[in-house]
Amino acid sequence: MLAYAIRRFGQSFIVLVFMSFLVFVGVYAIGNPVELLVNPQADEAERIRATAALGLDKPFLEQYWGFLVGAAKGDLGKSFVFNVPALTLILEKLPATIELAFVAMVLAISLGIPLGLVAGLKPDSFVGRGIMAGSIMGFSLPTFWVGLVLIMIFSVHLGWLPSNGRGETVLVAGIPVSFLTMDGIAHLAMPATNLALFKLSLLIRLTRAGTREAMLQDYVKFARAKGLPQRRVIGVHVLKNILIPIVTVIGLELGSVIAFAIVTESIFAWPGTGKLLIDSINQLDRPVIVAYLLVIVSLFVVINFVVDVLYSLLDPRVRLGGAAAAH
Amino acid sequence: MSGPPLLSVDGLRMHFFTKAGVVKAVDDVSFAVGRGRILGLVGESGSGKSMTGYSVMGLIDPPGRLVGGRIVFDGQDLTRLDAAAWRRLRGNRIAMIFQDPMMTLNPVLRIDTQIVETIRAHADVSHESALARAREALARVGIASPDERLRAYPHHFSGGMRQRVAIAIALLHHPDLIIADEPTTALDVTIQGQILFEMQKLCRETGAALIWITHDLSVIAGLADEVCVMYAGRVVESGTVAEVIERPLHPYTRGLIDSVPSRNERGRPLRQIPGMTPSLLELAPGCPFRERCSHASAACAESPAVTEPAPGRCLRCFHPVHA
Repeated sequence: MLAYAIRRFGQSFIVLVFMSFLVFVGVYAIGNPVELLVNPQADEAERIRATAALGLDKPFLEQYWGFLVGAAKGDLGKSFVFNVPALTLILEKLPATIELAFVAMVLAISLGIPLGLVAGLKPDSFVGRGIMAGSIMGFSLPTFWVGLVLIMIFSVHLGWLPSNGRGETVLVAGIPVSFLTMDGIAHLAMPATNLALFKLSLLIRLTRAGTREAMLQDYVKFARAKGLPQRRVIGVHVLKNILIPIVTVIGLELGSVIAFAIVTESIFAWPGTGKLLIDSINQLDRPVIVAYLLVIVSLFVVINFVVDVLYSLLDPRVRLGGAAAAH
Repeated sequence: MSGPPLLSVDGLRMHFFTKAGVVKAVDDVSFAVGRGRILGLVGESGSGKSMTGYSVMGLIDPPGRLVGGRIVFDGQDLTRLDAAAWRRLRGNRIAMIFQDPMMTLNPVLRIDTQIVETIRAHADVSHESALARAREALARVGIASPDERLRAYPHHFSGGMRQRVAIAIALLHHPDLIIADEPTTALDVTIQGQILFEMQKLCRETGAALIWITHDLSVIAGLADEVCVMYAGRVVESGTVAEVIERPLHPYTRGLIDSVPSRNERGRPLRQIPGMTPSLLELAPGCPFRERCSHASAACAESPAVTEPAPGRCLRCFHPVHA
């Protein structure tokens, strides 16, 4: 287990270095941020001074090496625009995004798995068909459009929910959170629903497919032949088997919800990292872009590791480390 | 045999209502089995023998449905039971063992979980005493070091061991009736022999009735008391094992017996029944075997009625074989 963890993190480290290089090349190729940063009326001398101040006058590889040396010390560079450490900038915005993502995932999971079970157990019933029709909508309607319609209905027409911001927050362990105040929940409701909709549809489909397949298995028939109540057959025998793929997908989707909440954050003016990333790309603020992507990749690495551990808990046939197969 | 039989199935019909049409998987099947007796249900794949077993267990899923007949078990008609009453019967008074032991145990649950849940589904006992009973149950079917085995998962077991676990689970509540659906087909021949021997012994000891579903007549010959030969959802012939195997009356039974290798002479090609089992979808009226039967005549376009050619024997044929 420990050897497995070390190997996994070693691989992740290589991914991080490789990815930072790609982003460096990518942003370098797009254009010169100095053009956007200095006053358009500035003369050539001022331009050169600004370039030198940001370290952009050095050769590309030297710039990258400088970044690596800084990163090893925990310094991912300062934002060209705000002149504060890029990491600080991201960590300030990250709690809002993570909160939004978690609430969206909890919504998707707590609705998606039960609805998927119902649709899988009664595929031909009115309810089962209704759930599937709903999930097709969730899949095919674009996120930005759903967000706008939500605002139209609940903010403009009904006036029930606020359309932007985080609302009132309270500090939990030094981190501001919205979901503990009524005002915060009102602000969370629409963006979280908006973000959850696609994942909800995905989980419904995944659970339904798994349930339909599991119900045909001999172990389900045997469990029924043992005289077990239906709720135990479904809740233990079926659910534990279908959870294996579901947990994998939830893990992957949690990462992508955090990384790509950009559209929802933009529509509801949610002060998270998605908005920050878009602004940084517009201004070619390379340190922030690189730092953001490194943080996101690290998040994916951690989530995938947790998923693998959960996997081994759910499926006794899976042993972490791969070496067990040789025994 | 005195008194009414433990289980008597009378005119059972179970049909699948599919989009393509009605599949008469079980079509007017009748048989009876007494306490401590072993009944063999023999037939090819698709003859309706497994579906007959599932019908008695109440495990028919849509689009399948019981459409007629009675299943009288210990005096009560099971077809009138509601789902809850049927659940209390299953695994308790009627148990079932399935064909493929690799598939019947849940791969992600430990053996103790799967045994204990069965005990506690029917008896109000603590987890500890259920665990003690689970240990005894494993020991009874010949599993060594049951304590260790209880904490294992199914994939740690061989096929024969898994089938023993499944049998242990089936026997937990001392059922009056056990339905075994080809439980030895997926096993090695040596293991098959052991399991057969032990099932026979356990049934004799507990006085349980056993319905053994198989396509293998040679298994039935050494095991069962009575046999029903099924073809295309119907019982075509039944009687005691000795009678049916010594003097088969139905051409199909005759064909099955001739197909068993040991009965043929060495070096000669095996005799076989020509053709294949008919599709049960919208089966034409008349004897379903007539297309493959050397005795068939114009009369076979009508469905033959059940006749009793000798006491205790039943037959569904216009042209019985006279050996």
